[in-house]
Amino acid sequence: MAVVEAPGVKAGALADAATGFDLDGAWRLDPQVALRPEPFGALAYHFGTRRLSFLKSRVLVDVVVALADRSSARQACREAGVGERELERYGRALATLAESGMIAPRVPA
Amino acid sequence: MSAGGAPALGLAERFESGLDAPICLTWELTYACNLACVHCLSSSGRRDPRELSSEECMAIVDELQRLQVFYVNIGGGEPTVRRDFWEIVDYASARRVGVKFSTNGSRITAPAAARLAAADYVDVQVSIDGASVDVNDAIRGTGSHAMALRAMDHLAEAGFGPFKVSVVLTRRNAGELDRLKTLADRYGAQLRLTRLRPSGRGADVWDELRPTAAQQRAVYEWLLDQGEQVLTGDSFFHLSAYGQKLPGLNLCGAGRVVCLIDPVGDVYACPFAIHEQFLAGNVRQEGGFTSVWRESDLFLDLRRPQSAGVCGSCGFYDSCRGGCMAAKFFTGLPLAGPDPECALGHGEKALAARGHRPLPRPSVNMSRRAANGSPDAIVVV
Ligand code: SF4
Ligand code: SF4
Repeated sequence: MAVVEAPGVKAGALADAATGFDLDGAWRLDPQVALRPEPFGALAYHFGTRRLSFLKSRVLVDVVVALADRSSARQACREAGVGERELERYGRALATLAESGMIAPRVPA
Repeated sequence: MSAGGAPALGLAERFESGLDAPICLTWELTYACNLACVHCLSSSGRRDPRELSSEECMAIVDELQRLQVFYVNIGGGEPTVRRDFWEIVDYASARRVGVKFSTNGSRITAPAAARLAAADYVDVQVSIDGASVDVNDAIRGTGSHAMALRAMDHLAEAGFGPFKVSVVLTRRNAGELDRLKTLADRYGAQLRLTRLRPSGRGADVWDELRPTAAQQRAVYEWLLDQGEQVLTGDSFFHLSAYGQKLPGLNLCGAGRVVCLIDPVGDVYACPFAIHEQFLAGNVRQEGGFTSVWRESDLFLDLRRPQSAGVCGSCGFYDSCRGGCMAAKFFTGLPLAGPDPECALGHGEKALAARGHRPLPRPSVNMSRRAANGSPDAIVVV
C-alpha cells in the first residue's frame, strides 16, 4: 500500500522519489479513483491499479478535489490556503500521487 | 503537524483508533468447500444451513456501497460453489464495490475465466501452496495442484491480466519461493505470500508446518529483495524486528481497519479470529453491519490504546507492535506480549513457558471430518 504522507509530517522514504512535479500544469483526479473522506484526510483507491493511498491532511484532499477545475495545481493549492513556503511540500505530495496514477495531467479547458 | 498545526498522530496510531468504515473487509460467503486443506483458517467443509440468503447478501453490498468500502475480499469455503456467486459479484461491481475473491480454482472454467476477464472491479486469487505437486497436494489434497494450474491457464488464455497466485508460507514451501515466483511470472500474475496462522484447522498443523526460525529469516530477506513485487497482505509485519520494515501498514488491523463477515452474518474482528472472544455482532441485527462496525463494544475496545506488555520495552515495538493478535490467542499466549514467531525469539520462550492449559478452539468447525479430534460442532453464541 502506498502511503502519501501529508506535507508537514516527516515524509519518509516515499518523498525521495517525488521530485519535479509540474505545479503549473493542469491536473485532475483519475476517473478510476474513489476518494473516501476520513477524519485524518482521505483514503484514495484506484480501481485500475488497485492501489490504496492515504492522504494525511484535509488541505491536501481539498487541493486534489479542486484540481479538475483549476487552471493549474498551483492555483488549486493557493485556493485551498497553501502558503508559498508550503508549496514545495504539497508539490512533493502531488508528485507521489501522480507517480502512482492517482492524479493525471489534463488538457486545460 | 498538519497544516492546521495540530500535533500529528502517526498513521499507525490513527488507524489503530479506527475508521468510519473498514478499508477492506473479508466476506466468507460459505463454509462449503470441495477441498479439505489441512490449514484452512475457517475450518470449512460443509455448508451452514443458516447461510445468508441472496437478498441478505445484496443488502450487505448496498451497505458497503453506502460506507464507501472500496473492495471486499470474498472467500469461504469455496465461494464459487454458491449458486448466486456470480450474481453477487455482478451486483457488487455494478455498485463499484470491488471484489477480490479467493478460489481453489475448481470452478474457473474457460467460460468463467472469460466472464471474469470482461468484468471491471473484479480480481481473482488462485490458491496454491507449493510449486511442486507433492508439497501442494500434501496440504490441499490430491489433484489440487493440477486444479489450480488449470484455473491459471484459463485466466491467462482469457487475457484476465495480472491475477494473484496466493500462497500460504509453510515449512514445506519456504524453499520453493523462487519457483513460486517464476510460476506466477509465467502467467503474468502476481505472487501473494501470506502467513500461516494457527487459526481454524491451521491450529492443528501449526507446530508442524510453520516455518523454522532460519526459514523465517530467509523469507524476510527474500521479501525485502522483492519489494512491492510480491504482495503479502501485510501479514509479515512482525518480521520488521529483523531490522528494516517491509512495505505495508505494519499494524494489526483487526476491528480497526479490517474485519470478517462470516457465512451466517457473524462479524469477527479478523478472518483469522473466528472465536467468541472476537465476535462483534451479526449483520442480521438491528442497524446491520454499520452499527456493528461503529458501535460494538468489542470494536470500540480494540480501538482504544492496547497494552504492549513485555513488548513495551522492545526497541522494535513501533513497527512490530507485538505481532498478530490471532496468532497469540490461538497459541495460548497473552495478547499483551510477543508474537509466537517474534523475530527476536521471545515468542519461542513464551511458548515453552505456557504449560499445559487447553488452547482456545475456534467457535465454528464445519470440517467434513473433525480434524485431529477437535469437536465437530457449531457453537452458537
Ligand atoms: S489478528 Fe493477525 S491476521 Fe488479524 S489483523 Fe491482526 S495481525 Fe492481521
Ligand atoms: S518483543 Fe514484541 S515488539 Fe519486540 S520483536 Fe518481539 S513481538 Fe515484536
